[in-house]
Amino acid sequence: MIFDIPIQAFLGQLLIGLINGSFYAMLSLGLAIIFGLLNVINFAHGAQYMVGAFVGYLLLTWFGIGYWPALLLAPLVVGLAGMLVERLALSRLYDLDHLYGLLFTFGLALVLEGAFRYWFGASGKPYATPEALSGGYNLGFMFLPKYRGWVVVASLIVCIGTWLLIEKTRLGAYLRAAKENPTLVRAFGINVPLLLTLTYGLGAGLAGFAGILAAPIYQVSPLMGTNLIIVVFAVVVVGGMGSILGAIITGYMLGILEGLTKVFYPEASNIVIFVIMAIILLVRPAGLMGREA
Amino acid sequence: MAAIMTTTTRSRRRKAINAETVLIALGVLALVLAPLYVYPVFLMKVLCFALFACAFNLLLGYTGILSFGHAAFFGGAAYFTAHAVKEWGLTPELGILVGVAGAAVLGLVIGFLAIRRQGIYSTMITLALAQMFFFFCLQAPFTHGEDGIQGVPRGHLFGLIDLSESMNMYFFVLAVFLLGLLAIWRIVNSPFGMILKSVRENESRAISLGYSVRRYKLAAFVMSAALTGLAGGLKAIVFQFATLTDVSWHMSGEVVLMTLLGGIGTLIGPIFGAAFVTTLSNYFATSQLPVTLVTGVIFMVCVLVFRRGVIGEFYASRLGRRLSQPKTEHCAEDEPPRS
Repeated sequence: MIFDIPIQAFLGQLLIGLINGSFYAMLSLGLAIIFGLLNVINFAHGAQYMVGAFVGYLLLTWFGIGYWPALLLAPLVVGLAGMLVERLALSRLYDLDHLYGLLFTFGLALVLEGAFRYWFGASGKPYATPEALSGGYNLGFMFLPKYRGWVVVASLIVCIGTWLLIEKTRLGAYLRAAKENPTLVRAFGINVPLLLTLTYGLGAGLAGFAGILAAPIYQVSPLMGTNLIIVVFAVVVVGGMGSILGAIITGYMLGILEGLTKVFYPEASNIVIFVIMAIILLVRPAGLMGREA
Repeated sequence: MAAIMTTTTRSRRRKAINAETVLIALGVLALVLAPLYVYPVFLMKVLCFALFACAFNLLLGYTGILSFGHAAFFGGAAYFTAHAVKEWGLTPELGILVGVAGAAVLGLVIGFLAIRRQGIYSTMITLALAQMFFFFCLQAPFTHGEDGIQGVPRGHLFGLIDLSESMNMYFFVLAVFLLGLLAIWRIVNSPFGMILKSVRENESRAISLGYSVRRYKLAAFVMSAALTGLAGGLKAIVFQFATLTDVSWHMSGEVVLMTLLGGIGTLIGPIFGAAFVTTLSNYFATSQLPVTLVTGVIFMVCVLVFRRGVIGEFYASRLGRRLSQPKTEHCAEDEPPRS
């Protein structure tokens, strides 16, 4: 018992917080990557997450393709679709004020949500947990469903993998260089427009991966990404927009904090992340790990 | 500016003002006669949203701050007004003033936090804070959660004029709308408005000229929020309810669309945008197609090929340029805020 709260409830919420945090981390990571290079706030990120879940669902119901192939195919589909959008539309907006990129992706998010609602209705669709991951472990103090453990592990792998890709590989070096000075990087013979397209595809793909990962936990519904994206925006403001590591760490941290708030003061659990954002803005406007622009 | 103005531009300016005055007079006349031909409640809805969009445009078009949280001021004021009129028994005009004051306070808080970052960051901050306000409205007892505040009495204006008569209500709404518009026009064309425009064009330059930019931005934010509150309070009286729809972020998106469609940084553009979007959502409300699908497509098309909006395109056309030549602000605004 801690402050009259049973230890099971405490640890249970901690776990839920960790899982939510995994999704926050993956989504804010994608946002940060896209923003870092393209200077576009990808409002469609939540919709792309939703599309990822739907691709998994449709692969299963239409073609009978199960969870594991879908885990690879869904991000691929979402990523390729994202690249198409970037090539056809977003790339025309780079020279303008950043707000046009935000407005365009906002429109895209509305279209995706509207279209999926039109075709599949607003109600949630269940997606069965894959057989290998059903069941769970009894940890003594609580019951840990296997799938939830897998979500945390998978998101950690993806986040660390992406971070290594950007910080340690040659491609990542190109990306970081193009962020600092695109003109110079182009002069060295590197195809920067292609790099931008790939980056947007990578960010969208990450959202799609988070979507298919979320499908067995939350129900697959056209509105699943809507409110999530605003929370993720707040996470990104707290972490500092330019920082990839900041996005990952704050994602997990705020998820856990939100879970803990559910234990101690449930009424505030919806708004705790926004309150933290407001406090951070007052004391450190650049974000926890960001640099003053 | 006046000192260096040559006589030719001065006479041209007079001509331009004459042309504009005629247009405005025609517009007001049309609005006065409109309820004879169009359903008044629909017209009142359009006027409320038009005022909302114009107030929003004060911030986006003239100060260069994109707020994605204006629904908090609009829906918040609707709640405050509805509560004041229904529970405290205030007269409609006092109720609306309560809404305006509440929206101004919200604007002060959200604006103060939002302008701590610049450009796109402050947009995200406004969105997040407005979402926080949404959750507050969802849980606070006085808003009645999902039900909203229903059955708000329209009451008697100044205790005399019965607003349940739809014509009385319409002309009250029209009067408030015109007053709001006049206030915006006055703000934009004052020295204060000039400084706002300079902040929009080049913030660092304005700082180096010695203006305390933050204070100006915050003032613009609060004014925009208060005028938005005027529109929101008015809407609560007209429709006799206040619900969560008006505080949700879709509403914030809708007002951005209205402004973009009509023309960012033009005085009357948002009115056209509001009329168009309201008509459209009325039309699609009965169809199978979700409204968001339609508005989303319009959004994308606008951003890609129609960034000046209807009125912006008009000012950029030959006729529009001839009508408003000396007012260089319109011509210079081919591509609104660049950073």
